[in-house]
Amino acid sequence: MKAGIVVFPGSNCDWDTYHALMGCGIESIFLWHKERDLKGCDLIVLPGGFSYGDYLRSGVLASFSPIMDSIKEFAEKGGLILGICNGFQILLESGILPGAMLRNKGLRFICKFVNIRVENNSTPFTKDIRKGDVLKIPIAHMDGNYYLPYSELEKLKRNNQIVFRYCDGKGEITDEANPNGSMENIAGIVNERGNVLGMMPHPERASFSILGSEDGRKIFQSCLNYLRER
Amino acid sequence: MPELFEGEMIDKKILEAHNLTEEEYKRIVELIGREPNYVELGMFSVMWSEHCSYKSSKVHLKKLPTKGEAVIQGPGENAGVVDIGDGLAIVFKIESHNHPSYIEPYQGAATGVGGIVRDIFTMGARPIALLDSLRFGPLDEPSNRLLMDGVVSGIAGYGNSIGVPTVGGETYFHPCYSRNPLVNVFCIGIAKKEKIFYGKASGEGNPVFYVGAKTGRDGIHGATMASAEFSEDSEKKRPNVQVGDPFKEKLLIEACLEVMEKDLIVGIQDMGAAGLTSSSSETASRAGTGIYLNLDLVPLREEGMTPYEILLSESQERMLIIGKKGKEKEIEEVFKKWDLECCIIGEVRKDGFITATFKGDEVCRIPVKALTSLAPVYNRPYKKREDVPSINPEKIPFPSDLNNIFLKIIGSPNIAHKGWIFTQYDHMVQTNTVLLPGADASVLWVKESGKGIAITLDGNSNFCYLNPREGAKIMVAESLRNISCVGARPLGATNCLNFGNPEKEEVMWEFKEVVEGMGEACEFFKIPITGGNVSFYNETSGKGIYPTPVFGLVGILDRIEKVLNPSFKNKGDVIALVGRIENEIGGSEYLRVIFGENFGPCPKIDLSSEWNLHKFLMEAIENSLLLSAHDISDGGLAVCLSECSFFGGLGFDVEIGKIGNDRIDFILFGESPTRVVISFSEENWKRIEELAKKWNLDFLVIGRVGGDRLVMRKGEKEIINIQLTEGERIWRKSIEEKMKVL
Repeated sequence: MKAGIVVFPGSNCDWDTYHALMGCGIESIFLWHKERDLKGCDLIVLPGGFSYGDYLRSGVLASFSPIMDSIKEFAEKGGLILGICNGFQILLESGILPGAMLRNKGLRFICKFVNIRVENNSTPFTKDIRKGDVLKIPIAHMDGNYYLPYSELEKLKRNNQIVFRYCDGKGEITDEANPNGSMENIAGIVNERGNVLGMMPHPERASFSILGSEDGRKIFQSCLNYLRER
Repeated sequence: MPELFEGEMIDKKILEAHNLTEEEYKRIVELIGREPNYVELGMFSVMWSEHCSYKSSKVHLKKLPTKGEAVIQGPGENAGVVDIGDGLAIVFKIESHNHPSYIEPYQGAATGVGGIVRDIFTMGARPIALLDSLRFGPLDEPSNRLLMDGVVSGIAGYGNSIGVPTVGGETYFHPCYSRNPLVNVFCIGIAKKEKIFYGKASGEGNPVFYVGAKTGRDGIHGATMASAEFSEDSEKKRPNVQVGDPFKEKLLIEACLEVMEKDLIVGIQDMGAAGLTSSSSETASRAGTGIYLNLDLVPLREEGMTPYEILLSESQERMLIIGKKGKEKEIEEVFKKWDLECCIIGEVRKDGFITATFKGDEVCRIPVKALTSLAPVYNRPYKKREDVPSINPEKIPFPSDLNNIFLKIIGSPNIAHKGWIFTQYDHMVQTNTVLLPGADASVLWVKESGKGIAITLDGNSNFCYLNPREGAKIMVAESLRNISCVGARPLGATNCLNFGNPEKEEVMWEFKEVVEGMGEACEFFKIPITGGNVSFYNETSGKGIYPTPVFGLVGILDRIEKVLNPSFKNKGDVIALVGRIENEIGGSEYLRVIFGENFGPCPKIDLSSEWNLHKFLMEAIENSLLLSAHDISDGGLAVCLSECSFFGGLGFDVEIGKIGNDRIDFILFGESPTRVVISFSEENWKRIEELAKKWNLDFLVIGRVGGDRLVMRKGEKEIINIQLTEGERIWRKSIEEKMKVL
């Protein structure tokens, strides 16, 4: 079992993700964006950051990196892919996941702990978490206002692709608990097949008790168990 | 600055435009043995500017203690370096970007971040955190809201992108900053002790590399601009402000750390203020060498740039690297990997001159020393300021409704929660942020060793205005108290000294007094100062700022698990006051809220009690006796207790009638130093009381944690009694409400 963390120019959560994965006992290596070889990794993580400075739409330039071709193939074959924050934006821009990110509703960057509720625990990323559980995980983004046309939103719901939603401490889905204006408080989704997860909150920032929460580990742990049992 | 052309005669007008005096010009002629040409004049102008040369401050800065057990590098390099054990060192420094931030708040603040971050990674350290100290005029004025919005967005836009968390700092408001905002940015990095790099151009024949962004016409004479007062038409100086590119900076961090790791270079320096001129002359000066530059090889952004412009440009995200001869190919490969421009533009020579050629002509040849160590030094005259307002405390009318005044104070932007600011900063990236912004000090986890680094930035210009010497001592003491409250002992400090025009005798007096007061306190606490920054001329149209020193203290926690935060923990815990119990009201937020004026006298400080309080806290935290500790400063005891409640979500009930014989409003809101509010469980009461006695400190149990109200009583009488959630809402929302209308 080996995880590959893709480093784009401007990625800045690459090392954080590395420490969190290693802390969960997942051997991890870095994959350079100019390469195409995924080096036999079982889990590919696209970390957070500002790829290419996000000077164009967030994530769009990185979606043209050479490694993205291999990642698309890997996704089609059912390989596990986790996109966190900017990684989620890159997955949207490359069409691996549906929808788009708009600027936060307050038009400002937001960094804080939020609560998210697990909506779907039948994915490899959430299989060891109970449905309805509330996870305390930080967000840090400028463009996290998830949007897609209503017809597609219906499809997303029908296929049970919504994995996390922003909620209050008790697990209620409210407007106040929605930090960025995302449709239906969406914080994370999977593709139809369920092997690619994109999420705005940063599980790697909630992987050590000294940092205030270990809830993020549950996601990495689920992946590890899924791959072990496969 | 008027248009100038090469070949023009150097006359009075040109000297004035270059901010050089006639005496200084004579000194230039003397030093180089001839009249300088126009390019050389420009180089002298920036290198001898106040900003680069410290010519007015040097004589006083010498008085600061700079040595200590842990100090690896003191002042004189790009940043200070301190040993933190386990083969690791921390590198830190603070810089001001006041003038550019006033003219163009977003870019001014953003490039301030960029500059200080480069100072840190040039030393071979990975930048791990930023903090900033900001000062604006009152938020009721729209121009101040715009300035704050721009500055905060600029810091966020740059810091967030490069992945360095902004973990703390301070923000204050006072009318003296209305047209003189202060933006001081602090950065800290971590390095392997044996892998520290210096800005030295050593080794004759070593290639001089130019790395990073192309050179444009931006920022020419930025350093000169920052060395003069502003007037009504300072808008026109907008072209002097540079524009930042954080993405390029992020690539530079990674690429530079990689060439250092691979041992390919001998020296490196950021092209910051005064650009190519300062980076080449300072690196050569430190190594006792010279540098030759072929300006035809400098990558240019615009056509038709002159040697004058190339040498003085302050375009951002550029580095000067002295490579190892024979390693040129490998160096180029690393930068190519990161898609960065990198080329050789010259070489190290042993002649001790900065020489540059352009299209075959020699355009300058100046002895390095003339630009650096032989720059003029002034011992400017000073005179005590006499017009400081003072008040007889007994004459202050006793307010009728303290509840209401209390709510006003917690809603005052100086006291209110700064969440509107720091949620815009990524303060968690790099996953080392143990205490979120708002605690007494920021605490970073050192994953490699299990230790913690505590950092605090503190300034108290209200006290420094009333009494610069005592104010500076109180500032240092507060910094020490802040890191003590989280469980850290001090390692070293940096400072940013923001003042008005040093040519005014009273400003110079304030400066001298502040430096001496700071020196005395640092000497007493054995805190070495490893570098810093001076920003004079914070005046617009003749109106200057309060003396505003800002102190950045760095400390260490030997075990990160021991870290303490200020929040109340459990119902029933005992609340006590420990330290030197005094209730001086001078210089307090209370007086400013009631009278709108900063009245003295400045509180007194006893350094030995402060040191005892530090030792008490260290011992109590080491033995796990405390559940919370929070320093009493702005807003006094009432605010301190309330913050512990807001952080912890638990109320309190305290008796304040026995805290000295002073008036109840002074007890609630006095800002005397050397006091901390602690909470602990009943079973540790005796041990803590004995420990306080051992360190010769006042100790007074005042009440208990619990409930959902903030209750302060004198005997049977409730002086203040409000709902926790009501107080918290005012405290948390105050700044956000004001910033709703830009």
